[in-house]
Amino acid sequence: MALLDIEGLSVRFQTSSGLFAAVEGVNINVDRGEVWSIVGESGSGKSVSMLATMGLLPWTAQVTADKMAFDGQDLQQLSSRQRRRIVGGEMSMIFQEPMSSLNPCFTVGTQIDEMIKQHLGGSRKERHERALDLLAQVGIPDPARRIKAYPHQLSGGMSQRVMIAMAISCNPRLLIADEPTTALDVTIQAQILELLLRLQEDTGMALILITHDMGVVAETAKHVVVQYAGRQVEKQDVKSLFANPRHPYTEALLSALPERAGDQDRLPTIPGVVPGQHDRPTGCLFNPRCRYATEHCREVEPVAAPDDPARTLCHYPLEDGISPSPAAAGVARDNPQSSPHREVRP
Amino acid sequence: MFKFFLVKLAQLVPTFIGVTIVAFAFIRLLPGDPILLMAGERGISAERYAELKAQMGFDRSLVAQYFDFLKGLLHGDLGNSLVTHSPVMDEFMSRFPATLELSLFALAFAVIIGLPAGVLAAVKRGKTLDHTVMGVSLTGYSMPIFWWGLLLIMLFSSTLGWTPVSGRISFLYFIDSVTGFMTIDSLIAGDWGAFLSALHHLVLPAIVLGTIPLAVIARQTRSSMLEVLGEDYVRTARAKGLSNFRVIMVHTLRNALISVVTVIGLQVGLLLAGAILTETIFSWPGIGKWMIDAISRRDYPSVQGGLVLIAFIVMIVNLLVDIAYGVINPRIRH
Ligand SMILES: Nc1ncnc2c1ncn2[C@@H]1O[C@H](COP(=O)(O)OP(=O)(O)OP(=O)(O)O)[C@@H](O)[C@H]1O
Ligand code: SF4
Ligand SMILES: [Mg+2]
Repeated sequence: MALLDIEGLSVRFQTSSGLFAAVEGVNINVDRGEVWSIVGESGSGKSVSMLATMGLLPWTAQVTADKMAFDGQDLQQLSSRQRRRIVGGEMSMIFQEPMSSLNPCFTVGTQIDEMIKQHLGGSRKERHERALDLLAQVGIPDPARRIKAYPHQLSGGMSQRVMIAMAISCNPRLLIADEPTTALDVTIQAQILELLLRLQEDTGMALILITHDMGVVAETAKHVVVQYAGRQVEKQDVKSLFANPRHPYTEALLSALPERAGDQDRLPTIPGVVPGQHDRPTGCLFNPRCRYATEHCREVEPVAAPDDPARTLCHYPLEDGISPSPAAAGVARDNPQSSPHREVRP
Repeated sequence: MFKFFLVKLAQLVPTFIGVTIVAFAFIRLLPGDPILLMAGERGISAERYAELKAQMGFDRSLVAQYFDFLKGLLHGDLGNSLVTHSPVMDEFMSRFPATLELSLFALAFAVIIGLPAGVLAAVKRGKTLDHTVMGVSLTGYSMPIFWWGLLLIMLFSSTLGWTPVSGRISFLYFIDSVTGFMTIDSLIAGDWGAFLSALHHLVLPAIVLGTIPLAVIARQTRSSMLEVLGEDYVRTARAKGLSNFRVIMVHTLRNALISVVTVIGLQVGLLLAGAILTETIFSWPGIGKWMIDAISRRDYPSVQGGLVLIAFIVMIVNLLVDIAYGVINPRIRH
């Protein structure tokens, strides 16, 4: 039984111009101790799908799923009280903006203590000891002093470390990290990732890492979900994904990696942006940016083939880096540089 | 923190000087003068007028008069009332507790009802309760005090006979003044009946005076709660698996209070201004009524002294609010 088992997750927001399907048909099944990654550009619904799992979306969100279970418990059936026992305790989350994610009115110690008290209990002294331990564990120098600090006295990297300490304080079995390094300096980014992976290994918790950086995926995850405009377009283990991307979007993300661009002068980028609420195309949502798009793609929305383990959301999934799309021949002729990449990174 | 306090205190000095000038000029800009008013309809001879004017010091230049006023002020001497001849300071101090008691009850009424109403409206945003709270508070905010006071008197005092029309306490009781607060003094005297009578007299004026601050506090609480509810750290609090109550009362309200406290502080000035009207309607023997009387008699020392004292109190309250703000907002304290 998977630790987190989600099938057909959809989230719709009530907006002034009607319902907006921010997430549709996302599946993820994380086993104990696994490291997963959700990857996609900004606006592809990565945060929204994980916030839905945690039950943290605002009231304008309508969440539906064919299945949404944590450790065999159906999250949709639980009372909010029962769900709160899981959220924070067994399944916790850290966010993109560490500086604004800590409450400015309370000290670091108070905020960690509150979490421990809620899920583990224990005497004031025990909780204090535990908080000090946690701060040391996440690499905060001089925990005895930092525990009394207010959030505005901490740097971004320190704040994220505090968030991590808080998130692991109750020995969760699953940690969701939503772009934990995006807001940080480049030098700090690597440290925080390293810390997360080390903690994952030490504690054996499962980790879902949200990112838009394929490089991070290669270094961290075992399994990858690729999302585009709220849809899950492909799901594979990391080796096959890098060796054999099935969806043209994944292929494009991979060719944007510096290592893969070879000795080209400029990094290839994907032209255009993820469509938002008001500019979603008909047919395949990726078609305006897809180099294999055909008339069929522009008219008919693709569905995943039932026998495709990657559940690729495409009319013409790539096979060994080659698209069976009639448009593919033209692409190869026009642009010899963009021939499929076969090198395996991880 | 101490330095923060000193800086705030120093900032008050220019404001205070401005206040003395305005208070001094205000009453002299009104047409009419105290001597003519005292003489009444019979009029007064030119010699007698000049004699009285010199006696009161009004024959000197305005600048000289202003500096006399300032000099007295520095010694805590506001001069004597032209009407009663007793020191303005004493007159003020004997009436101030009545105003303070009324204002405190009004403020308590406004906070005790306004704060929870604002919190509830924010939590139930867009629902009927929210619309009700906002509708009622908008009505309260636009209610003219005079009209509102008369309306309540007509309903509760005249028609229903539930509350007295005026005064601070029934004639049946005579309570020694210790604190000047009728409610506290009656408790000190151990006279339960007097205490109830005092409360009874306080209810309507406190409601009338507290209505506008209540509306302001409810609206401010709602809007800052809504703002804070959208903050990342509130999401973090939810992600910790805390109860809804704790998320709202601890993580949200605590931050929302920072701006609510400022607004409450700003209400104090309005409250004292509103007290003048309210005291007139309810014949409440406080400084509001006293100031109105002094203005109509052109009692220069009483008016300028009273204004300066009121301004001083408002400034001190604002200073206390600044300090409270520093205490609840760690970003300022550190
Ligand atoms: N509360 C909301 N109401 C309406 N739309 C929302 C809301 N929250 C998110 N969305 C929309 O849902 C879509 C997906 O947003 P989401 O934050 O999940 O993207 P993301 O993949 O996490 O992007 P990023 O990399 O920028 O974090 C976006 O188009 C966003 O505008
Ligand atoms: S369905 Fe067509 S447009 Fe969409 S990704 Fe596949 S090839 Fe591209
Ligand atoms: Mg996001």
